[in-house]
Amino acid sequence: MTTQLAHWTRKDLLSLRELSADEIKFVLETTDAFKQVGTREIKKVPALRGKTLVNFFVEPSTRTRTSFELAAFRLSADVINISATTSSLTKGETLKDTARNLEALQADIIVLRHSSAGAPQFLASRLKASMINAGDGAHEHPTQGLLDLYTIRERKGKIGGLHVVIIGDILFSRVARSNIFGLLKLGARVTLVGPSTLVPREFEKLGVEVSHKIDNVLPNADVVNLLRIQHERQRREYFPGLGEYIRLFGLTKQRAKLLKSDCLIMHPGPINRGVEIDSEVADGLQSVILEQVTNGLAVRMAVLYLCGGIAP
Amino acid sequence: MEFTPRGEELFAASCREVQAGSLCSPHMSATIIRNGRVIDPANKRDEIADVFIVEGRIADQSAIGNRQSAIDEVDATGLIVAPGLVDMHVHLREPGFSHKETIESGARAAAAGGFTTVVCMPNTSPVPDNPSTIAWIKDRAAAIACVNVLPTGAISKNLAGEELAPIGSLAQAGVVAITDDGHCVQNHEVMRRAVEYARMVGVPLLDHCQDYNLVGNGVVHEGYWSTLLGLPGWPAAGEEAIVMRNVLLAELCDHHIHCQHVSTVGSVRLIREARARGIKISGEICPHHIALTDDAIQNFDTNYKVNPPLRSQNDVEGILEGIADGTLSILCSDHAPHADFEKEVEFDRAPFGIVGLETELGLFINLLVHQHRKIDIARLIAMYTLEPARLLRIDAGTLSVGARADVTLIDPELDWTVKVDQFQSASRNSPFDGWELKGRAVRTMVGGKTVWKL
Repeated sequence: MTTQLAHWTRKDLLSLRELSADEIKFVLETTDAFKQVGTREIKKVPALRGKTLVNFFVEPSTRTRTSFELAAFRLSADVINISATTSSLTKGETLKDTARNLEALQADIIVLRHSSAGAPQFLASRLKASMINAGDGAHEHPTQGLLDLYTIRERKGKIGGLHVVIIGDILFSRVARSNIFGLLKLGARVTLVGPSTLVPREFEKLGVEVSHKIDNVLPNADVVNLLRIQHERQRREYFPGLGEYIRLFGLTKQRAKLLKSDCLIMHPGPINRGVEIDSEVADGLQSVILEQVTNGLAVRMAVLYLCGGIAP
Repeated sequence: MEFTPRGEELFAASCREVQAGSLCSPHMSATIIRNGRVIDPANKRDEIADVFIVEGRIADQSAIGNRQSAIDEVDATGLIVAPGLVDMHVHLREPGFSHKETIESGARAAAAGGFTTVVCMPNTSPVPDNPSTIAWIKDRAAAIACVNVLPTGAISKNLAGEELAPIGSLAQAGVVAITDDGHCVQNHEVMRRAVEYARMVGVPLLDHCQDYNLVGNGVVHEGYWSTLLGLPGWPAAGEEAIVMRNVLLAELCDHHIHCQHVSTVGSVRLIREARARGIKISGEICPHHIALTDDAIQNFDTNYKVNPPLRSQNDVEGILEGIADGTLSILCSDHAPHADFEKEVEFDRAPFGIVGLETELGLFINLLVHQHRKIDIARLIAMYTLEPARLLRIDAGTLSVGARADVTLIDPELDWTVKVDQFQSASRNSPFDGWELKGRAVRTMVGGKTVWKL
């Protein structure tokens, strides 16, 4: 799996849908080098020295924000964190005006997390700074998609030909969409599993399979990626309750026995132990959940390095 | 001295009469529009002829024959001479939102689009759920609007869908219809009583068909693109459920309900079937619902955000069939101006709406007559004149002798390019900037007076 791409040309990373297979491979190969940095005594390189990165998180996040922050530190960038509550958005300033002010302060890279789909694309077309999408509504979470691809590739040696099963709340999941686009571009077979209200058949038009019978799908999966059930933000009518969800779709200890012994178990976090996944399964030998977190740091270093190095 | 205000009022009232009658000019005036193709669907007329105007009214040749004073002549060779077009669905934003549009700027936009009469929607602040707000709108329009502005009143108090507005008083104040446009009465019982009550006072209902539970926080058509982009979906069934409700209530109450901005093939089917059974229901079409499909939203450009949303190709084809077979009988714009700063935000936070007055005629001629060949230009003119005039029972939409001389001259073959920065409207939120169209109005006359000319 080597890329034919000679060099990176994008200043923004907005989605995996817009990337070519070669561009995705290019990021993954660049990630190899940065992952190696993390094993050194001094885990820091000067790639973005003198650059200013703003972590602009309009929607709360711990893991992604920390990962981007650490990635930027390791690239020697200067980092500022802004959250919704500390920004002037609470005073009625528009997103565009806030971002233009950040740019006026000579921010080179803006990492945006936002509850509205398309918010990073909206700003990218209006700003000179590099725009990195750290998750926009239910649209995409491209660095999560990339770190999932990286983790699969690292463990399996390939992505093409693998059967990846994504389980849970697909409709509201930006992680699912980035995974779907990235996996399909790299030649994987993708099956989505979950209640029909959260995994509508419309997804089949994207080129994936849809199933509502988890027990039929698990035995032939090479990777299962479990999404968090976002029960706190869902309208009640999507499913009758967590108990029923667990009964129909939870990766229980019992169900995990259906998996092939080398099937990887992934989860973007945060985990609801005992809901989408049993605690023991999450901590079991097949689980690569913490490796995903480690790889996320390297992937984000690669993305910041690639996009941050492009002249506007 | 105490009588001065009243005196001014009388003066203003007499000015209104003059303006509505004969172009605010004290002396006798006459105009001949020569040699155009006169299309007057109300009189089943389509022929090359001259049109005579005397003192702001359509006249016959004899009325002009023995006149001594100067006669204006307008050469309409190669042009269509149509009754002044009516757009029965516009938002003029006044009172309350004059940063988006005013009655004055909206009327100018109407004139530039070929419209001599516009019907304005009640989602203003204050809401015209009372006769005095209606009176304010009428006075304001009489004072500053260059076209006829006909107000609608609210169905429910404050458009809240709970208590009936004083529909009888609104009718007396001169509304041409009642509607909660922008909102939709969800409680079927409230709607049923509104229909019954409106029947008594003789005004039709115009309904923005949207089931709030089914639509939820939807911002784009529920389908392929909403799935792909992760934007909240607005399902077709959210419109069709209310269209069905309206069919049932129109039948139950034997009174007219007009479904605004029909956007789905399912709505077309429901209206077609109901009309075949003689039920008093109708539907209107906006150009964006046939010019565009939901794939236009893929770059999150809020100029494509409109309610109801841009639909699928299948819906577009269903609407085109509905226009061709007469199921959908009225064309309109749903002219919905918004300021740049309001649209320059995240997609799901932006207001819904497209400005349409200055592009709708060109788009419809282009799409319906030239491109898809679904109807001819005479039917298109009927859908902008005879049909809305009949539904609203307004004095407009005909070139009958004695009618107010509202006339639109149309060049159906003229090639032109949409340029939003040249709009008369105070707002620019159009997805059609740069579109190359064939066909547009070239002169707009209200009461015999030219209010706009290309």
